Amino acid sequence: MSGQQDILKVAMPKGRIYKQASKLFREAGLPIPVDFDDSRKLIIEVPDARMEFIMAKPVDVPTYVEYGVADIGIVGKDVLMEENKDVYELLDLGIAKCRMSVIGLPDWKPAIHPRVATKYPNVASQYFRELGQQVEVIKLNGSIELAPLIGLADRIVDMVETGQTLRENGLVEMESIFGITSRLIANRVSYRMKNDQIQKLCDLLQHTLAAKA
Amino acid sequence: MSKPKVFEKPIGVKDYLPLAVAKLRRIERQALDCMSQWGYEQIITPTMEFYDTVGVASATSDQKLFKLLNNRGTTLVLRSDMTAPIARVVSSLLKETAFPLRLSYHANVFRAIEEEAGRDAEFYQTGVELVGDPSAEADAEVVALAIASLKAAGVERFKIAIGHVGFLNGLFEETLPNRPEAQEALKACLLGRDYVGYREKLRELKLAEPVQRELEGILRLRGGQEICDQAMEMSVDATAKSSIKHLCEIWDVLKAYGVCDNVLIDLTMIGDFSYYTGMTFEGYAADLGFPVVSGGRYDNLLTQFGRPAPATGFALKTTRILELLGSEEEPQPERVLIGYDALGREAALEQAQQLRAEGVIVVTVRMEAAEANANSAKQSGYAKFIPFFGAQESKGEQTK
Repeated sequence: MSGQQDILKVAMPKGRIYKQASKLFREAGLPIPVDFDDSRKLIIEVPDARMEFIMAKPVDVPTYVEYGVADIGIVGKDVLMEENKDVYELLDLGIAKCRMSVIGLPDWKPAIHPRVATKYPNVASQYFRELGQQVEVIKLNGSIELAPLIGLADRIVDMVETGQTLRENGLVEMESIFGITSRLIANRVSYRMKNDQIQKLCDLLQHTLAAKA
Repeated sequence: MSKPKVFEKPIGVKDYLPLAVAKLRRIERQALDCMSQWGYEQIITPTMEFYDTVGVASATSDQKLFKLLNNRGTTLVLRSDMTAPIARVVSSLLKETAFPLRLSYHANVFRAIEEEAGRDAEFYQTGVELVGDPSAEADAEVVALAIASLKAAGVERFKIAIGHVGFLNGLFEETLPNRPEAQEALKACLLGRDYVGYREKLRELKLAEPVQRELEGILRLRGGQEICDQAMEMSVDATAKSSIKHLCEIWDVLKAYGVCDNVLIDLTMIGDFSYYTGMTFEGYAADLGFPVVSGGRYDNLLTQFGRPAPATGFALKTTRILELLGSEEEPQPERVLIGYDALGREAALEQAQQLRAEGVIVVTVRMEAAEANANSAKQSGYAKFIPFFGAQESKGEQTK
């Protein structure tokens, strides 16, 4: 195998996770330049590492990988839980740590018609169904914390990193649903067809993570 | 949903235009020819089956079955695969026919899908079932035939991964005796391809250090024959050992077939535990994100139809192969256009029949002599134009 075959296509999430992921890649000895994220290019070749980065919106990473247009990808567990795509979840990269939580006002009381606002409707529905509660899930695209403050919903399900936003808006974390870190995922076919390359990358990253721990 | 627009069709179903059909039919024909050369005879079963028989027995989960009611209120399903219908036929119409049975099929199958997934709700499968032979030879035969069929269909770069459900069943039973929930949880992680979750579950179980390392190690059991040797060392459980022995035998037979270059052993490659009972495999083509073939051994299915028998088989996803080969130029057969007027009709149609008998594609069009000269648009796309105008014989061929 040669040429195109050797290039590993990596779906990279733009923004916060990218900085930490590329740092981890560099620590693992992969020659990834520092300043990619500022560029507006969507596809970036990294010939030294035999890789090609596809700069994607984080929620789209599992889709690219499922369809095989990217061989592997880096994505938060929150997105994986919400999107529920058929991909291999190979490695916990331990970066971009936070948690998915139920949040409400401190004086919250059970509502007659409970409403939950969230960016993660699948995660929220599943969580409350498992608790045996039927709630109305409202999908919002940002500023989720507004919902309980203005009476759109009595609770929200959202990612909590430091809890700073919550405190500033007088909200409290009621329950933690699951912990979130970024994961290395792989396409079903690529995992077999490019197994050597993917396994090697996995081992490198795993060693780096073990050394840090 | 609002009323559909006239061009719309339900999500997940497709039209195939002439060029695509020509390619798809060629892929199917080449695969079926290959299967018939290996002694597999083609059968046809109905598109609809009873929910309570074939529907329940099939490997497709309940919510993915297309269900409908007949005029008596009985629930029917659109077949979701061909394996369960063939099991029904083998246990009824072919009840008296001795094993082993080698059957092939080519059929459209139906799966209800989630709307956004972009998967097909109807697609085509070409495949085989080898019923009544429990041996490693039989498993190797279907793997080798899957490889031969892929090659025949024109797929060049591909890999087949083989696993065995018995190995993990045995290994888990040995390392986690009498802990079915823990075993189920670990299997669910592997089935969901969630290796991170699998490692987390292992840590939660707080097993002895060597056991944990061993169970984590199976995530790396992938490669050639050496994997069998490694796996053999890992477990003393009888099920696990006999599974690995079976897999080693399959490998030896595949070596004799000369196809090991295309095969890798992957002990984490597991199919649905409730359906598959032994060897399972999946085939992957370079440059295509989804598997092109899947199969395995299902020794419990025929029991549900009253004729217990071991069985193994596979299905090629021909519509995916079409996606893979879709951009390749298909050789176009030569087409001839015959134009005639009232007087030339008899001679023209006779000539057309004669050429068709020789295997040439002939289209006949009634036209005026003047049109034939002026209007080349009517003649474009044809290799040759033969005019029959007036009372006399053809004035000779006019090659474009």
